[in-house]
Amino acid sequence: MSNRLGSQTLSFSQGPRLLSSYTIVGPMEGKGPHALDFDEILPDDVLHQKTPEKTERVMLEMAIEKTLQRNDTKIEDIHFLIAGDLLNQITSSAFAASTYTAPFLGIYGACSTFAQAIGLAAILLQGDFAGNVLIGTASHYQTAERQFRYPIELNVQHIGTNHHTVTGAGVALLGFADQGPKVTYATFGKVVDMGLKDAQDMGSAMAPAAFSTIKQHLKDTGRGLEDYDMVLTGDLGKQGRKMLRLLFSKEGFSGLERLQDGGSQIYGDGQKTGAGGSGAACIAVMGLGYGLNMLKSGKAQRILIVATGALLSALTVLQGESIPCVAHAVALEA
Amino acid sequence: MKPQEYQKLVQENSAPRPLLKNVLWAFFVGGLICTIGQVVLNIATKTENTKAEASAVTLAVMILIGTILTAFGVYDELAEKGGAGAAVPITGFANTMTSAAMEFRREGILLGMGAKMFVIAGPVIVFGILSGFIVTLIKVLILKLL
Repeated sequence: MSNRLGSQTLSFSQGPRLLSSYTIVGPMEGKGPHALDFDEILPDDVLHQKTPEKTERVMLEMAIEKTLQRNDTKIEDIHFLIAGDLLNQITSSAFAASTYTAPFLGIYGACSTFAQAIGLAAILLQGDFAGNVLIGTASHYQTAERQFRYPIELNVQHIGTNHHTVTGAGVALLGFADQGPKVTYATFGKVVDMGLKDAQDMGSAMAPAAFSTIKQHLKDTGRGLEDYDMVLTGDLGKQGRKMLRLLFSKEGFSGLERLQDGGSQIYGDGQKTGAGGSGAACIAVMGLGYGLNMLKSGKAQRILIVATGALLSALTVLQGESIPCVAHAVALEA
Repeated sequence: MKPQEYQKLVQENSAPRPLLKNVLWAFFVGGLICTIGQVVLNIATKTENTKAEASAVTLAVMILIGTILTAFGVYDELAEKGGAGAAVPITGFANTMTSAAMEFRREGILLGMGAKMFVIAGPVIVFGILSGFIVTLIKVLILKLL
């Protein structure tokens, strides 16, 4: 097991790389401070589709096609398509995959799906089981609202810790070539449940999972937060980001200024989105948009992407269960 | 860190809800809706023959207003500010029905819209009738005992 490092981290000596990627976001995300980091901003969140579920699927398909085009790769050359979303039975991903001939691995990790997919793709590449792997996630505000919350037009008053699901899709092609950032490590997280039950504050619930994974990653690799130019968590939101910083400072970690959070940063202050963005697409578009741009422009040499997922369902919330959470980390180096 | 310790840490570091602001907004939004209702009732009292007919007309008009505002995507914005002030009046009840009907329309008229229309309004009706029954029971018992 020479590819293992410490107790949870995998190291990829073969140097699988992110060859190309594509990010699509809805109009609201396009008005946020990271608008320039995304490849495409949709004029509306409908795309001439009859249902938002179809729109979500179409966004994923659009991102898949653009990612392939960018690297001049045919879908026939893709050995695996790994994708996931937030809907029951991950239908958006499965339905999108039905358009293509590539073998499909559907995964669910809620909003942690993105890093889980990159980690799994790197394993397949490192193990010589594949030469080209396509990964992708998508989410849509309206499909997530109905899946986990209420009808869109219902008289609900949102509170400061509520998240706004990101409408968008992010897709990346992983393989071996002399371009794009290397995936050097992946640390798959353990499920952490601190007994929090408030589904209106998922940031606080997810922060300990992010802390557990990052801490383990640093221990396994012998690195500190300072060794990364940026540690980008997925969608902790403003409340979760605060809790994560508290957890780190309580244990005496330094380099807290390296911590950034996709969910907290994707929307502007005036956009009335509570704690910030969430959803399977949040870290996908922020990681592949903002994160990769930092590497490309040379502003960062090494980043850690930590996708965080709250593994609850509408059913478990009604049944009064607490919220188990997970976080997966992947290290990208220019 | 133990779960209990962390839960305490979250509690200590959660911002309290802006109670006073919410209460004031609820008061004004709820008050505005009720004032409109009163205006409608005053007009209906002149056009209708009995008080009961006038209040029936008023309810119908308020439900219509709630439904139209929901359809145009205004009512949820109103509730975002007004909270219970928008949810409690009958326009809020119309909103729960209409928003669910709109949301589930894409699963078909019968099994989508028809079946799911009462998803949020259902409990209100059930427990409204139940509490009405209990209150009546108490009233009757007290009157008999006295």
